[in-house]
Amino acid sequence: MSNITTQSLTSLVDNIKNKELSSEEVTKAFIDRSEKSKELNSYISEDFSNAIDKARRFDQNPNFDLKLPGIPMAVKDLFCTENVRTTAGSKILENFVPTYESTVTQNIWNEGAILLGKLNCDEFAMGSSNETSYYGNVQNPIDKGLVPGGSSGGSAAAVSGQLTPITIGTDTGGSIRQPASFTGTVGLKPTYGSCSRYGIVAFASSLDQAGPMAQNVKDCALLQEVISTYDKKDSTSIDFKRNEYSKELNKDIRGKKIGIPKEYRVDGMPKEIEDLWQKGIQYAKDCGAEIIDISLPNTSYALPTYYIVAPAEASSNLARYDGVKYGFRAKGENLIDMYEKTRSEGFGAEVQRRIMIGTYVLSSGYYDAYYLKAQKVRKLIKNDFDEAYKQVDAILTPSTPSSAFKIGEKKDDPVSMYLNDIFTVPVNLAGLPGISIPAGHDAAGYPLGLQIIGKAFKEQEILDVAYAMEEKIDFKNKITDWWIK
Amino acid sequence: MTIDLKTIKHISKLSRISVDEQKAEKLAGDLNSIFEFIEKLNELKTDNVEPLTSVAETTLKFRSDDIKSENIRQQIIKNSPEDNEDFFVVPKVVE
Repeated sequence: MSNITTQSLTSLVDNIKNKELSSEEVTKAFIDRSEKSKELNSYISEDFSNAIDKARRFDQNPNFDLKLPGIPMAVKDLFCTENVRTTAGSKILENFVPTYESTVTQNIWNEGAILLGKLNCDEFAMGSSNETSYYGNVQNPIDKGLVPGGSSGGSAAAVSGQLTPITIGTDTGGSIRQPASFTGTVGLKPTYGSCSRYGIVAFASSLDQAGPMAQNVKDCALLQEVISTYDKKDSTSIDFKRNEYSKELNKDIRGKKIGIPKEYRVDGMPKEIEDLWQKGIQYAKDCGAEIIDISLPNTSYALPTYYIVAPAEASSNLARYDGVKYGFRAKGENLIDMYEKTRSEGFGAEVQRRIMIGTYVLSSGYYDAYYLKAQKVRKLIKNDFDEAYKQVDAILTPSTPSSAFKIGEKKDDPVSMYLNDIFTVPVNLAGLPGISIPAGHDAAGYPLGLQIIGKAFKEQEILDVAYAMEEKIDFKNKITDWWIK
Repeated sequence: MTIDLKTIKHISKLSRISVDEQKAEKLAGDLNSIFEFIEKLNELKTDNVEPLTSVAETTLKFRSDDIKSENIRQQIIKNSPEDNEDFFVVPKVVE
C-alpha cells in the first residue's frame, strides 16, 4: 500500500487491524520519511532500529484489541523514556538516560504503540519558536526558514511533515497550541490534572500539561483517551470520570453556547487574524451553535502574570541541575564554583534569563510585590472564566496573534517573543482545556489556527465543537515536501 | 524600577549561575524590558483578593509512607557525572 505516511492515525489503526498493513510496513514507512527529512531537524534522538524490532515482534504476536496496535510514534524530548536519552532540549541533560518511564508515554506503549524517537523542543520547553533548543532550530514543513512554533516545535513539525502519525507535546503557556497553529495541525492542552506529570521534565509545575498533537480532531481524541489517566505518582493528578473521547465524538453541537471574548481583540492584531476569527464565528453558527459576546476583563494581565509565575516555578524546579546527581558538570575550584559554572555553561540564555527572573521575584523583599501579586491576579483571571462559563459552554478565539514567523526574526527581543502566547496563556493560568484547530491561511499561504477553550474536565465538549467545525472548515495543509531532495 | 548590575550579581549568586560583566549587562537590559512589561500588574487593585496557589480544587491526598522500590542504588547513580560506584562525588567541601 502506498502513501502510508499521509494516512491519519485512525486509518492506520484500521488498516493494521484489518491486516491491510503490518506494523513493520508502517514503522518502516515513517522511518524512511524521517531519514529523508533530516533538514527539518525534528528529532534529537532516533530509536529506529529498536522500533523495527518492536514492530516485527508486534506482527509476530499481534494484539488488535489495543487502541494503538503497532503504531510507531515519536514523542517530545521532555518525556522521560526508559533507556532512551532524554535531553529536554538542553546541554545540561545531553547524556541523561532515564531509568524510568513517564506515565503518559507508558500509557501509550501499553496500548501497543512503538517509540520512533525523541523530538526537538525549546530548552526546558521555554520558548515559542524552538530556537532555544541546544540541538538547533527546527524547520517548519510549511516553508523553509520558518519557525514551527514552540516549545513543542519538533513535535508539530513531525506531525505536519508526516514523520510520525501523531505525537505528544507539553503545554505550559501555549507550547502545544501555538506550534499546532503554526503548522496546520491539531493540538489539545487538557485540563490541569488530566494527564500525569510523572516523568515529564518539569518547567512550571502548576501550569505544565501533556497533550496530543495530531493531523485531525478524531486522532487527537483517540490519543487523549490513551494518555489521560489518574496517576497516584502525580499528587496533582485528578480522579475524574474520563470519556472515551474518540468513540463519543459528536458533530451535533446545535444549541451549544459559544462565547466570543471582546478582550481578545488586541491592539495591532493583523486583519487576517480578525477575519479568521469572524470566519470561525460563522462556521460555529453554521454548525448550529449560539454565539454570545462575553467579557474576560483581566485578559491583558495574563501574560505579565505568567512571566512571574512560570519563571518562579522554573527557578525552583531547575535548582536540581547542579552537576552532582545527573547531567552535565563543569570543572570548578570548589563546590560552589562547580555549581555556578555548571549552570552557566549547561543552560542556554533563555533558561538562564527565566531562572534569574524567577529567583528575583521570589527573593526576600520582592515576594509580595511580584509573586504574591501574580497569584492574586491569577485568581482574578480564573474568576473571569468562571463567570463566563455561567453563560456559555465554550469560548472561541484565535490561537495566535500571527502566523509563523521567520527563524531569527524575534530571537533577540524576549518580550515580542512572549506576546506569541497572548491567547493561550490565560488558559493555562486558569487550568482549563484548550484545543487549536487549523482554520485558514494567511496571504503567504501559512496556516492560522482557532482555539476553543472549555470548562475544566470538559475535553469532550471542546473536541465535539472542534470536530463539527473541522468538517465545515475543510482545511487542507499545503505541504510541498520542499526539504526532500 | 530598574535592575542594576549590582542586583544582577546578587540574583546570579542566589541562582548559582556565574555571570561575567558582558553577560550581566545583557541580562540587565533583558530583565529591565521584561519587568517593564510585568509592572502592568500594578494597575490592578488586589488587596482583597485571595491568591490562587493551585487551579485543582482538591486537597492533596495522603498516602502511606511505604518503600516502593528497593535496591535501585545503581539506577540512581547511573547518570551521575562522577561517582565511585556507591556515592556521588563532588569537589572537596571539608578541609
